[in-house]
Amino acid sequence: MTPPREPGAATGPRTGRPRRRRTPAGSASVRRTGTPGRHGAPLPLLLPGVLALAFLLVPLLALLVRAPWRSLPDRLTSAEVWQALQLSLVSATAATAVSLVLGVPLAWLLARTDFPGRGFVRALVTLPLVLPPVVGGVALLLALGRNGVVGQWLDSWFGITLPFTTAGVVLAEAFVAMPFLVISVEGTLRAADPRFEEAATTLGASRFTAFRRVTLPLIAPGIAAGAVLAWARALGEFGATITFAGNFPGRTQTMPLAVYLALQNDPEAAIALSLVLLAVSVAVLAGLRDRWLTGV
Amino acid sequence: MTGADAPRLPRTDRQGLDARLVVDRGSFRLDMALSAAPGDVIALLGPNGAGKTTALRVLAGLVPLTEGHLRLDGAPLERVPPESRPVGVVFQDYLLFPHLSALDNVAFGPRCQGLGKAEARAVAAAWLERMGLAEHAGAKPRRLSGGQAQRVALARALATRPRLLLLDEPLAALDARTRLEVRARLRHHLAEFEAVAVLVTHDPLDAMVLADRLVVVEHGRVVQEGAPADIARRPRTDYIAQLVGLNLYRGEAGGHTVRLDAGPEITTTEELSGPAFVAFPPSAVTLHRDRPTGAGARNLWRCEVAGLETHGDRIRAGLTGELPLAADLTTMAAAELELRPGAPVWATVEATQTHAYPA
Repeated sequence: MTPPREPGAATGPRTGRPRRRRTPAGSASVRRTGTPGRHGAPLPLLLPGVLALAFLLVPLLALLVRAPWRSLPDRLTSAEVWQALQLSLVSATAATAVSLVLGVPLAWLLARTDFPGRGFVRALVTLPLVLPPVVGGVALLLALGRNGVVGQWLDSWFGITLPFTTAGVVLAEAFVAMPFLVISVEGTLRAADPRFEEAATTLGASRFTAFRRVTLPLIAPGIAAGAVLAWARALGEFGATITFAGNFPGRTQTMPLAVYLALQNDPEAAIALSLVLLAVSVAVLAGLRDRWLTGV
Repeated sequence: MTGADAPRLPRTDRQGLDARLVVDRGSFRLDMALSAAPGDVIALLGPNGAGKTTALRVLAGLVPLTEGHLRLDGAPLERVPPESRPVGVVFQDYLLFPHLSALDNVAFGPRCQGLGKAEARAVAAAWLERMGLAEHAGAKPRRLSGGQAQRVALARALATRPRLLLLDEPLAALDARTRLEVRARLRHHLAEFEAVAVLVTHDPLDAMVLADRLVVVEHGRVVQEGAPADIARRPRTDYIAQLVGLNLYRGEAGGHTVRLDAGPEITTTEELSGPAFVAFPPSAVTLHRDRPTGAGARNLWRCEVAGLETHGDRIRAGLTGELPLAADLTTMAAAELELRPGAPVWATVEATQTHAYPA
């Protein structure tokens, strides 16, 4: 046990001497641990914390401060911006759709079935989360490029070439974004009571009917959250897209590519485009606030 | 016991349920025979972990059989997937689909059986009507009371016209007051049900009120089965004796006395020989501070108070000593005897109050 005086003395300058003297020694130490208050945060934590906050906020503020507000309306209504924005929205939405159609079943397999190597498969699914997107783009080229492992057959049999097309953009974005959806949906599925599916089965539903009519509605919030997350990730995709699909205005030049390109020769345009993406991000965050930030 | 080895024929025309359920899970093994005629209501009664719910899940097809057979109305069901079995289940916490209304919950089964949406809803509406829930048809499950949810779950299970109805602890999720009313209603619906009903419970009162026949399961095996009254009168394991509130002993009978395995003898009115059970209720025990004189046809044991607890308006004393037993006495008697843990007492039981039967 520490001597009764010490706790008070340690916080002396902040708690105030007169009050500390009047309170019994025991309750003084209780007050110190019980109500840390605003002044209770120790400096070694407070300083870096505030610094981190500034580090995250200042760049965004700089974006707003240096924005060419006067010429902004003209810039945002220019054809190139709309082209890029439109392509971004369409391809991100398409990538999300691909992720939903393929990712939700994969999430179900991971959550509800037991097959050898399931843990390994799960690790593979999460790999694109940590893989540098450029590497993903290179890998996609080697798989689906004109001479790629799969791509050569697509080309010679069906005449389909994916690299440097809008479809290529969608694939590159889906490759990067789908893991977010799969992980999110798998988590929701694991939290959902599998006995509802059992109940459906005893009522005569096949496993697929049970999934469609019972499980899917139950995990809809998780799917929505995963879809928004995947969409946001697809919208911001840069590395895999530029590697696999290139940078052709109107065809494969999405907003992030346009921003990067504009920065080389027209910084103001880059700022304007960045503002648009920032606005979209804030909108997504606002939409997710309830679901995602409070932890689904 | 009869169902275990008798039916070896590939297919019988026998109606109802005929099963031997064996599930091996390494440390736990369920092995029980179960048979019932249409209209029977059977209660699987047993302590937690006895294997009752596993048995129910096997019948529903949610857990595969390791060995044994399962026939319903003559048709083998062992390899039939759960969705194709004519089996309805009322789950312990009902598992009503939270995103569907009561009506659509009940219509779910008929829909899966191929009825159109409108037809299925008509069937469901009729079932809800029958359960007295017509005005709650549009309500989501979370808006229903426990008793209402239970009836929706029952309607949902019955709407598929099952030949076997399974109920897992149908009253466990209810509070004591609604339980009384729901139990009466459930009894009524089960009495109307024309096929086999099997319910699982650990509550002897539920079992006795709802079922025609009790099957007591302990450690994955059937330890006793029969009519509720018979089981209540002649328990064969400590678990059932405790459930029905009897002191139960096992020993070797010779004439009017049963010599217990533990040592002391109990005098009874029945005349028996060979292995036997003796049972008597705690209320048949009289306690004395001093050794009573003129014992007559009474049994007399020297005991020690191990513990006391209130039991309704009486006090139940747990005794150790020559014969471990439970004794009921009034609060006043307990006070006069100055009962407290560790106090020595003499316990007497009239021979006429005991009941001996072959083991």
